[in-house]
Amino acid sequence: MMILSGDPPRSRALSILLAVIILALLATPFIFPGAKALNVAAKICIFAALVASYDLLLGYTGSVSFAHTMFYGIGSYAIAIALYGLGPNWTSVAVAVAAGLPLALLLALAIGLFSLRVEAIFFAMITLAIASAFLVLASQLSWLTGGEDGRSFQLPELLRPGTVFISKDWFGFPINGRILTYYLVLSACALMILALLRVVNSPFGRVLQAIRENRFRAEALGYRTVFHLTYANCIAAVIAACAGMLNALWLRYAGPDTSLAFSIMLDILLMVVIGGMGTIYGAIIGAAIFILAQNYLQALMSIASTAAADAGLPLLPGLLHPDRWLLWLGLLFIASVYFFPTGVVGRLRNKPGANR
Amino acid sequence: MSEIAATDALPKPKRDIAPLLLPVVLALVMIPLIGSASSWVTLTVASLAMGMMIFIMASGLTLVFGLMDVLNFGHGAFIAVGAYVATLVLLPLASWAQADSLMTNLAVLTSAALLSMGVTAALGLVVERVLVLPVYGQHLKQILMTTGGLIVAEQTLYALFGPQIIPLPLPTAFRGSFIIGDVAISKYRLLAMLVGFAIFVAIELVLTRTKIGLLIRAGVENREMVEALGYRIRRLFLGVFMTGSALAGLGGVMWGLYREQVHASLGDELTVLVFIVVIIGGLGSITGCFIGAILVAMVANYGGFLVPKLALVSNILLMVAVLMWRPRGLYAVTSR
Repeated sequence: MMILSGDPPRSRALSILLAVIILALLATPFIFPGAKALNVAAKICIFAALVASYDLLLGYTGSVSFAHTMFYGIGSYAIAIALYGLGPNWTSVAVAVAAGLPLALLLALAIGLFSLRVEAIFFAMITLAIASAFLVLASQLSWLTGGEDGRSFQLPELLRPGTVFISKDWFGFPINGRILTYYLVLSACALMILALLRVVNSPFGRVLQAIRENRFRAEALGYRTVFHLTYANCIAAVIAACAGMLNALWLRYAGPDTSLAFSIMLDILLMVVIGGMGTIYGAIIGAAIFILAQNYLQALMSIASTAAADAGLPLLPGLLHPDRWLLWLGLLFIASVYFFPTGVVGRLRNKPGANR
Repeated sequence: MSEIAATDALPKPKRDIAPLLLPVVLALVMIPLIGSASSWVTLTVASLAMGMMIFIMASGLTLVFGLMDVLNFGHGAFIAVGAYVATLVLLPLASWAQADSLMTNLAVLTSAALLSMGVTAALGLVVERVLVLPVYGQHLKQILMTTGGLIVAEQTLYALFGPQIIPLPLPTAFRGSFIIGDVAISKYRLLAMLVGFAIFVAIELVLTRTKIGLLIRAGVENREMVEALGYRIRRLFLGVFMTGSALAGLGGVMWGLYREQVHASLGDELTVLVFIVVIIGGLGSITGCFIGAILVAMVANYGGFLVPKLALVSNILLMVAVLMWRPRGLYAVTSR
């Protein structure tokens, strides 16, 4: 209970689902051997933390930010630039953390003070504009960021796949630096999610929810809403930057397509809404469903598409083409905003209509 | 205190002309900085043409927001759909478009524009009924729903037309430029300026001289009062939404021809620009939107010429500067 900050899943089905996901993530290197499964699992961890930090903004304060990938990108690029420029050692990682997190924090502070005074709608538009400017900036300053190609780099010795700790005889596959990196990612993400649970269940988190429900009233009660919203924005930004750093460490690469693209922002939105806004747990469920779909639904769609093409049906092969999987997720997204706005978590907690 | 007789004319509201002068002053300041007169004219014409096209796309968005407090994040989808529909007319009729006759060229262009506007207006009807109406009055859900609509529209375009870039050559009559002295003015830019200005004048006339315009302006200012007087503002809103969508479609056609290529990412790309324009202009204000569009285009063109690196963030800097001066945009017409 303590570790969950007194906010348990509150539903048997949800607890079981979460336990299955977490156990599967913990055991992935042992039960699903192979690079693809490990990649999918690491991506689920990273996105669960990233989406949870976005949930702090969207679900708990009700402000829609389109600049979340910008902070994610700042983290990714900080690691990439430091390890590329200063060489693959732990000092560079420390430099990246010491430079990247304050940068994300300052930027979030500036955006918050500048635009959180106004309505949600204004904030959404301004963050969209700033994020797109940042994306252009990152792809144009190629001397620093590697432009469209991004930056590939080497990891510190300890985390490299070549570093073998336990040889192949024990488990039938070697325990190497790659698996260590995976557990590093997993534990860091778990820590961040638990920290977010702590934040939203603190008195501060309650004020955020009060602001979401009725900003005017919260202000009338004497809370400085701009201060609270900006603070939440900064926390979310720092966590997003941390998730970005883990992402870069895992991929050994940072580029516009993997960290800054607008499509990632849309993915995050989809995950939050499908999982359930304002629950934090929704982030884990949403990320797991979405990324599994992204990686395995496409194979199914490819089969369906070929079948439709063989049957000579018009249009369907194009609509079912594996590259069009986002179309179906988009439809699912609209349907879920419309029919079950509380997402999977809200459904499982069995309180349809409750605005949480 | 002087007495006011009943026969006296109502006092004229004070006209706020400072924002109107802004683009003029900006253009004049640029003359010494750019140096050569011919490049200045070229750049100014380019920015006016670009500004007009952006205005066409943004005008619908600003009215929809002003009237009904609905922010359509899927507005970019109408732009992209408009451009794609135009390829359906312009590519099969390529022989007409490439014919050496102004009349056939114009006919083909007009039919493409009309078809695009028709399709986007119909799409606007569907979007308003299906996506916007159910979540009316809830900002958060509106943003989410319309963003979902954007994803679906973009993916459907990819599925129907394929992911490749479709080239869209300009009709013969609008290629090349008029050359006056040592100044070259592209014909298509001139056309874009004319169309954009005509649309601005038309919208202004409808808003200030007709009953529907009066209702729209009254609705922007105070929706409940208009409803209380017995007007069905929902229907009015549907009309504005469809018109706005059609204008976005027209803007998409013009932008596609301007770039001479069409791609589904067009929508995303322009959404940001259109949003900046709407914020700068003041949500709900057509005049503000017009000036905002010209300002954005001017900053992009002049900035790109003088300090190319700055052009990347020039829009944001412009937005920050305008909001520092007037926090609610150039013209704040809504009470929200």
